[in-house]
Amino acid sequence: MGSTAVEAEGIVKRFGSTVALDGVDLTVEEGTVMGLLGPNGAGKTTMVRVLATLLRPDEGSASVFGRDVVSQASEVRELIALTGQFAAIDELLTGRENLRMFGQLFRLDRREALRRADDLLERFDLADAGDRLARTYSGGMRRRLDLASSLLTRPPMLFLDEPTTGLDPRSRNQIWEIARELVREGTTLLLTTQYLEEADQLAERIAVIDHGRVIAEGTGDELKDSVGGQMIFVRLANPWDRERAIESLTRLGCGTPEPSELERELTLPAPQDGIAMIERAAHALREASIAVSDLGLRRPTLDDVFLTLTGAPATADGAGPETGEHPATEPEAAEVPR
Amino acid sequence: MVAQLAWTLRDGYVVSVRNMRHFLRQPQLLLFSTIQPIMFVLLFSYVFGGAISGSLPEGVSYKDFLLPGIFVQSTAFRATQTAIGLSEDMKRGVIDRFRSMPMARSAVLAGRTLADLVRTLFVIVLMTVVGYAIGFRFQEGPFEAVASILVVAAFGFALSWIFVYVGLIAKGPEAAQSAGFVAIFPLVFASSIFVPVDTMPSWLQSIANVSPVTATADAARALAIGGDVWSPLWQVLAWVTGILLVFVPLCVRKYRRLQ
Repeated sequence: MGSTAVEAEGIVKRFGSTVALDGVDLTVEEGTVMGLLGPNGAGKTTMVRVLATLLRPDEGSASVFGRDVVSQASEVRELIALTGQFAAIDELLTGRENLRMFGQLFRLDRREALRRADDLLERFDLADAGDRLARTYSGGMRRRLDLASSLLTRPPMLFLDEPTTGLDPRSRNQIWEIARELVREGTTLLLTTQYLEEADQLAERIAVIDHGRVIAEGTGDELKDSVGGQMIFVRLANPWDRERAIESLTRLGCGTPEPSELERELTLPAPQDGIAMIERAAHALREASIAVSDLGLRRPTLDDVFLTLTGAPATADGAGPETGEHPATEPEAAEVPR
Repeated sequence: MVAQLAWTLRDGYVVSVRNMRHFLRQPQLLLFSTIQPIMFVLLFSYVFGGAISGSLPEGVSYKDFLLPGIFVQSTAFRATQTAIGLSEDMKRGVIDRFRSMPMARSAVLAGRTLADLVRTLFVIVLMTVVGYAIGFRFQEGPFEAVASILVVAAFGFALSWIFVYVGLIAKGPEAAQSAGFVAIFPLVFASSIFVPVDTMPSWLQSIANVSPVTATADAARALAIGGDVWSPLWQVLAWVTGILLVFVPLCVRKYRRLQ
């Protein structure tokens, strides 16, 4: 209906001398998906915890469906569910017992809680494992159970904090599929992620957050355009050709190639018509007799967005509770604890 | 208001059922928390029984003297596990989920302490059985026997609220465990649990005599094998009421404001 699900203004949160959130403004329209994109330590989790009433902001105000997260916290809790970065399930209960317990705590009666538990186990492909202790579950199963625990009462607002970090591609796709289904059913989603691709797949709008500030906001396409669309990457067969390769590629007129962490790799922006660009790059390299072991187009990564937006690579600054391993583009960065 | 209370009770019940399941599903915990008190009963009565029996009042056997004391000792030791269990929950993120849900704020804490109370009662009954096998007898009648166990359980319940607070402020289960150990060990030994207080040096007597642990052991003992009941009993009730009045609100407040 175009009404506002989440409205946050000037949220500041400090932990001791660390400023985890430094004046975050955020608006999420009802029925849409907002992606909060940033590296570890950027403040994503802290922001979600403020909105989910788990942390009091030091400054600023936030509301969910018009209810203030501090003064009307218990009303907000009736409207939200949170699936955290680390699966918050009870490992010593079975999947079914977990759902039944959370269902009862969501104030469903016994029978209703049991029925919803069965439905959700079925829907999340956990029916066969429903009577096994959750500690025997794989990472993907835990995450699905965690997500199922959030859906017992079909809350209108769902916070997903890095729902796929550490998951294999198949489990990740399952989570994405579930998220899309929820949105079709009308749930409003606020999703945090380190992966541009995930934000791109799921979110209508993306807010890029770094060092506790929103540094850019827009649709996925807008963000990618700001990086320059696609990139060409070249891997040289011989590292000593690097200088000559840079020279040849610069002559294509697409700016200076950026050396990456590996000395023999180069990337350069390919703003339009990537295929034509790759043809010209291949031609230029062959003319100069530079041997190449790999050459192709790739989409911008979070690192590229960061490089463009901040002039510096994405770094973990250790702010707040979401300290973790860098680099942000590495899928194994934050493994689920056993 | 009444509806609110009913929900709080139900939430507390749901969480206690969960915590009791935990207990049953951790065989090593179940084994340890039952074998350890049994070992204490056997070791103390056979190892120290001979040496201590001379200091006991006329006609009192050490087994009869010891058993009510061991109830208090094992209850006090187990209260530290309240802190450890809560701290583990917080580490695993389950507490975050509870806190984001529209459930009673006190239910997670009440559910933990109530489940621990059930465990305490179970372990005391188990120790009574072992005690009976080696010659201990309640001598004052069935009503007094039950009252003796309940006094210890009530004290244990109050203690576990103190350890809820420890669990909420400790940085991780290991810290919670060592904090609990440091506090409980001297309290348990500087009391009338194992020996009559009048055998201690006078400075220690003055500490032991005001200790709630001594009051609880004395009350439980008087109810089990005879003696002055009311003087220690009202002290225990005062301590239990005082501890609960201070720590329940303190813990709920701290829980609300967890970072």
